[in-house]
Amino acid sequence: MFKKWLTVTALTSSALLLTACADWGVKPWERDVLARSEMQLIDDPIESSLDDHIYFSKEASSGGRSFAGGGCGCN
Amino acid sequence: MQLKQGDKHMNRDSVPQAETSIKNISKALAAASCSALAAVAAPAMADGTPGEWDFDVATLYYSESDSRVMAIEPVFSATRNYDEGESLNLKAVFDVLTGASPNGATPSDSVQTFTRPSGSGSYDVAAGEAPLDDTFKDTRVALSATWAAPLNSDWAYSSGVYASNEYDYFSLGVNGGITRYLNQKNTTLNFGMSLENDWIEPVGTVPLGLSEMPHQSSPTYDADREASRESADDSKTIVDLLFGVTQVIDRSTLMQFNYGISLADGYLNDPYKLLSVIDDTAGPGYGTNLQDANGNNIYIYEQRPDSRVKHSLYWQVKHALDSGDIVDASYRFMFDDWGITSHTLEASYQWRWDGAYLEPHVRYYQQSEADFYQRFVDASDYNSGAPNFKEASADYRLGELTSYTVGAKFGWMMAGGNEANVRVDYMLQSNDGDQGYGALASQDLYPDTDALILTFGYSF
Repeated sequence: MFKKWLTVTALTSSALLLTACADWGVKPWERDVLARSEMQLIDDPIESSLDDHIYFSKEASSGGRSFAGGGCGCN
Repeated sequence: MQLKQGDKHMNRDSVPQAETSIKNISKALAAASCSALAAVAAPAMADGTPGEWDFDVATLYYSESDSRVMAIEPVFSATRNYDEGESLNLKAVFDVLTGASPNGATPSDSVQTFTRPSGSGSYDVAAGEAPLDDTFKDTRVALSATWAAPLNSDWAYSSGVYASNEYDYFSLGVNGGITRYLNQKNTTLNFGMSLENDWIEPVGTVPLGLSEMPHQSSPTYDADREASRESADDSKTIVDLLFGVTQVIDRSTLMQFNYGISLADGYLNDPYKLLSVIDDTAGPGYGTNLQDANGNNIYIYEQRPDSRVKHSLYWQVKHALDSGDIVDASYRFMFDDWGITSHTLEASYQWRWDGAYLEPHVRYYQQSEADFYQRFVDASDYNSGAPNFKEASADYRLGELTSYTVGAKFGWMMAGGNEANVRVDYMLQSNDGDQGYGALASQDLYPDTDALILTFGYSF
């Protein structure tokens, strides 16, 4: 089931990205909003790392936006 | 969307934003978590003039109710930026943990006695109470260093090292990543790899999985303890691969999709976790703790597989409204070869006004249980010490679990671009599963866990 799910996801993503190449994006001079520090995907790295540490310690999942590796004996 | 200094596409209007982005990249290196993240480091808030150091400090206060785990975690991060877009990030994290942690055993209608992991001394748990090991105490120091630099206008790379030390645990890791910019930097491809080796030296040495916890009151305690030990220490390796695509959708929308695979190999048990063996023979003892010849309850040490492969699919979108407010949403799907699948949804809304912002956020997490998870062991399966199973764990973190987190962050800007912020979160975790039988059915096998999380941060 997971393989099927992965295949569908990969194909969908590829299609979206191909479409994106044509329709998505901005010109370099249109980056005023995107360049704002609060518009970064991880806008507070310390906070993100603290969150990752808490949830790594309390749940069975980790990673996704960053590496899943542990580095602590909390799980 | 990361611009670098010297980008040939920059024009006069984009220069200030581009400079901000350079600084952002370097600040993003502080995104190091347990493992240092570099390859897919996303830019962060920044000041970052080349030739100067930027500092971020924060302190986390984490407190579970009922005198369970309490942690204080200060973080110091320093980033040095260089003229050609290179940056160096150094980070130190300190952890102080105290409190009580569930030992895995079930509550009982009579007093339970557990031998401390060290083998010296024991502790009692009252009837009807969740068995908690109150010796949980640790300090941790984690250090990381990450270097990032552009190779040319289309490529960038990063590399890092990581080490952390606890009383019973030592971890060492290296990581690296490469970034490719496409479509006038509207599309960014990332690939990252992390290698880590961890060594564990548990208090009281490594217990033998599925062996019985020795009781100090037993006349054969020394021999029992010897029989329950496997080695003085053990280790594991973890290899992480992460592939990411970041796409600029339009002038105010950004999206990311990541696929990560994590391969862990070696000692993956929690050496301090136990399982209760429950009498499943019809009669007066039905649903009570199975006892040995000395009248002591039988508890066994957990045993997990010695390898684990985790896959994660992560999607995030961020959008700025015309008002300047920002909406952020993400979803993660994870599955592994232990039979666990999980869904994580997060969303936040940032209200911004002059010099300050308020950001409420919510997080929902749901996981299924591992194939080998069981809240307790039936005596018939335990089979008088010749169990008919190879792996078992009652660690609630491997069971069916739902977590909710709600909170808000308030930040304000100060003179010189410095920022202070405070965040308050409330987290609630609920477990579910086999409710037991006989006497056990009247016990609360899945008590909720809730925690208050406070974070104070300052960037200068």
